[in-house]
Amino acid sequence: MARTELKLLGAWLSPYVMRARIALNIKSVDYEFLQETLGSKSQLLLESNPVHKKIPVLIHKGKPICESLIIVEYIDETWSSGPSILPSDPYDRAIAKFWGTYVDEKWFPNLRILTAEGEAKDHVIRTIVEGLDLLEDAFVKISKGKTFFGEDQIGYLDIAFGCYLGWLRALEKISEVKLLDEAKTPGLAKWADTFSSHPAVKDVKPEVDKLVEYGKSPEAKYRAAKAASS
Amino acid sequence: MGEQVKLFKTWSSAFGLRIVWALKLKGIQYESIDEDLTNKSPLLLQYNPVYKKIPVLVYNGRPIVESLIILEYIDETWKQNPLLPEDPHKRATARFWAKFGDDKVMSSLWQILTEQGKEREEALVQATENLKFIEEELKGKRFFGGEKIGFLDIALGWLANLVPVLEEILGFKVIDKAGFPFLSEWMLEFSSVPAIKENLPLHDKMFSKFRAYLAAAPDK
Repeated sequence: MARTELKLLGAWLSPYVMRARIALNIKSVDYEFLQETLGSKSQLLLESNPVHKKIPVLIHKGKPICESLIIVEYIDETWSSGPSILPSDPYDRAIAKFWGTYVDEKWFPNLRILTAEGEAKDHVIRTIVEGLDLLEDAFVKISKGKTFFGEDQIGYLDIAFGCYLGWLRALEKISEVKLLDEAKTPGLAKWADTFSSHPAVKDVKPEVDKLVEYGKSPEAKYRAAKAASS
Repeated sequence: MGEQVKLFKTWSSAFGLRIVWALKLKGIQYESIDEDLTNKSPLLLQYNPVYKKIPVLVYNGRPIVESLIILEYIDETWKQNPLLPEDPHKRATARFWAKFGDDKVMSSLWQILTEQGKEREEALVQATENLKFIEEELKGKRFFGGEKIGFLDIALGWLANLVPVLEEILGFKVIDKAGFPFLSEWMLEFSSVPAIKENLPLHDKMFSKFRAYLAAAPDK
C-alpha cells in the first residue's frame, strides 16, 4: 500500500482518531497521518467531511470514510486478510456494536462534563461508575475468561472502549477522583493495562500527562462547558 | 424453520418499523409483540435492561437491540435479498448516512415541530440543510440501494411516512418537489414497494398521535 493511497486526518488527543490508528496497526497497513491543528480545520478536512467537519477521516484512494467506528469496520472489511477486528459470528458482532454505541452515546458523554460540573459532580461520578460496572459485566461475559473483549486478540470493542482510557485517567487526575477501581472492576482494570501496552496501541495512545495539561486549559474547559449545556 | 423470531415493537415507532420491513423483505416469519411503552412488559425489561426500549429482536432466545444493529444482524444471519452492498466503501457510506439520519435529520425535523416563531424558522433552515445532503446522496438513483431498496432506504424510510404527517400538522411542505426532486420521488417509490406499502402505520392514526403529543407538550 503506497503511503499516498491511504491518509488519515486526525489529532493527537482524539480518542476517535486513536481507534482508526489501532485498526490500521492491527492490519499492518502503512498510511500518511495528517495532523490537524487544534482550533482550526484544514481545507482537506472540510472537503472530505463536509457534513460533520470532524476528525478522524480516512481517505483511501481519494475516497473519504468518516465516523470512527464506521472507519474501523471499513478497515476490517477492506484488509480482510489481516487479523480480524470484528467477531465472525453475527450475534457476537451485534453485542460488540451494542457496547461500542453504548460507550459513545451513554457513557463517555458523562466524562466530558466531569470537569464542568459543580455540585452535580457526585451524580456524574456515580453515573460513570455505574457504567463501568455494566462494562465489567460485559467484559466478563464477552471475553469468556480471556484477555480482551475480542478474546485472545484485541478487537472492535477493545478499540471502541479502550480509546477512552487515556481520557479516563486524565480526568481522574484533574478531578481528583478514582473512577476505574481495581477493587470494584478487577477485570476492566487488568484489561486496561494489557490494552494500553499492546503493540498496536502503545505508540498511538496520547500520554496521560499531556491530556491532563490540555484538560486544564481554558480551551478544554470551554469545550466541556459547551458539551454540558448541549 | 428453527427457533422462532420475535420482534418487540410498537405500532408507531419508526425504529421498530425498519425491522418489520427488513424481515418482510427477507421473507422471515416472526412473532410480533406490540408494547405499551407506558407499561413495559417484564420480558422487554429483561431483554433490554440497559435502554428498556423497543425494538428488540429475539432469535434463538437471544436478544439483539438498537435498530441499525438489528438490521445488520438480520442481513448477516439471513443471506437472501441482501440489504447492505458488498463493496466496503459503499457499506461505509450507507452506514454513515443511516447514522446521520438518526443523529441529525430526525432531531432537526422534530425541532421544527416543537419550536415556535424564530426558533422554528432556524430549525427549518437546519433541517433543510440536513435534507439537502440526503438529496445529494440520492441523486441519479431510484433508491439509495440502486435499483432495489437496501439498508439505507430502510434506515431512512421513516422520512416517507413521518414527513407527510409533519407537513400536515405544520401546514407547509418541508420536502417540496422543487427543492427536493429526488427525495420527493423516492418517498413515493419507497412507499409503493409491496413489503413497505403493506407495513405502514395509517397516516390518520399517526397524525392524531402527533397532534395529541404536541397538544400535551408544555408551552415554551
